[in-house]
Amino acid sequence: MRGLAGIYVQQFKTTLASFIQYRAALVIWLIGHVLEPLIYLVVWSTVSRSSGGSVGGFTPADFAAYFLVLMIVNHLTYTWIMYEYEYRVRQGTLSAELLRPVHPIHSDIADNITSKLITLPGMLVIAVLLGFIFRPAFHPVPWAMAAFVPAILLAFVVRFFAEWTLALAAFWTTRVSALNQMYFMAALFFSGQIAPLELLPHPVRIIAFVLPFRWTIGFPTELLLGRLTPAQALTGIAMQTAWLAASLVLMRFVWRAGLKVYSAVGA
Amino acid sequence: MRFLRLLFVFLRVGILGEISYRSNFFFHLFESLLELGTALAGLAVVFSHTSTLAGWRPDEIVALVGIYFLVSGAIRMVIQPSMERLIEAVHEGTLDFTLTKPEDAQLLVSVQRVEIWSITDIVLGSGVLSVALVRLGANVGVSEAAAFAAALAAGGVIVYSFWLMLATLSFWFVRVENMLQIFSSMYEAGRWPVSFYPRWMRFMLTFLIPVAFATTVPAQALAGHLTMKTLAGAFALAAALLVMSRAFWRVGIRRYSSASS
Repeated sequence: MRGLAGIYVQQFKTTLASFIQYRAALVIWLIGHVLEPLIYLVVWSTVSRSSGGSVGGFTPADFAAYFLVLMIVNHLTYTWIMYEYEYRVRQGTLSAELLRPVHPIHSDIADNITSKLITLPGMLVIAVLLGFIFRPAFHPVPWAMAAFVPAILLAFVVRFFAEWTLALAAFWTTRVSALNQMYFMAALFFSGQIAPLELLPHPVRIIAFVLPFRWTIGFPTELLLGRLTPAQALTGIAMQTAWLAASLVLMRFVWRAGLKVYSAVGA
Repeated sequence: MRFLRLLFVFLRVGILGEISYRSNFFFHLFESLLELGTALAGLAVVFSHTSTLAGWRPDEIVALVGIYFLVSGAIRMVIQPSMERLIEAVHEGTLDFTLTKPEDAQLLVSVQRVEIWSITDIVLGSGVLSVALVRLGANVGVSEAAAFAAALAAGGVIVYSFWLMLATLSFWFVRVENMLQIFSSMYEAGRWPVSFYPRWMRFMLTFLIPVAFATTVPAQALAGHLTMKTLAGAFALAAALLVMSRAFWRVGIRRYSSASS
């Protein structure tokens, strides 16, 4: 256990150093994360104003609150591991990681958490500034805010394991970008990123209930905004737990199968 | 037209380079279709709640999406790859090879690399635009069509000059490709009419990252919302930027010292 903690601390330092080196990459990354929710916030506010000040119970101020919280939630749970694995497998740098006495996922988790810690203050400042411009309406509910803490932690691990598993597709094909795009497109609609799920057609909502996307992005967002009943919150946490178990099983299975076909191309 | 002849030559080189990787075409097509499908499905969701959006009818926004794909396809096919190669050449000192050729260097660097498969975006974008035009039907007359063509040409010139000026900065600075990245990620905001955005963003999208002239203004021309004043403004800006970028390029090229050779 102490060895593992040491690895996390070391990875923390490495990631920090590389962030200080590549500041511009950080800015590009932040713009991408801010711009998308901002575009949908603007579009939905326009829809809301076009139809007399409210659409599906959302006023422009509600949309502002929804998309600003969604921006933070997405930022906290985001991973970029798919892009990395493609490189690792294609260039064969994974071989060196496999020689280490710990599972390579640990350094990925540490890297992800470190990046979040570094970028979160910037993200919060942006959210506050955008808050002054778009004037979001918050109706805080104490129990929901407390329930947000386990919900966001579960959302982070579920998304991390699911996307880490998806990244392993690089073992079988070098064409992962088409696969990633399919994943992101599905996420856009079923997670609530394009619009709050209440505004989507009924069949989409049913599919969204089964898939993991909603539980990793839309659910924590709605919970923090106090839009859910206690029963809905419990259902959400149950679904997150179910997806956590499913993605852990799937990850172990895919990882073992993938290592068997890995031939260290290019190394 | 020397420009068209050169463009055609590099287009051929691009095709020849990629022809052995034909499966790339299908992956590009698949990814473009996904992106377009996402954009249209997003519109469907929005217009399931309202019939017009701040004065824009659904087919007009579909036309805007078509224009967005068309323009971003052209950027991804010629402008972006060529400008990235220019930055590389300045760093590595290989720009010598371009400068010694008996052809205008600015013309050469502007079309020197063609990523042919991005043509899927151009084709799909034109397709969507045509469908939207047919559906708008009677509303688009000859004057609208002429205004559209003019606005699109002006928008194309503005985008090109802007990219060239950014890339020319590489004669002075090292990490210019990051700025290109920022520009192309901000470009996504042009998928919606800029009039939706708050004033400070509208200003940014019009003058700092001139997306508005490349997408919103041509779409406005089609919808018949375009005033002569805006069109004249677009032309003035296009002409000014073209001259400025040319002058800036000249200053930059004088600074070039073929560093690494």
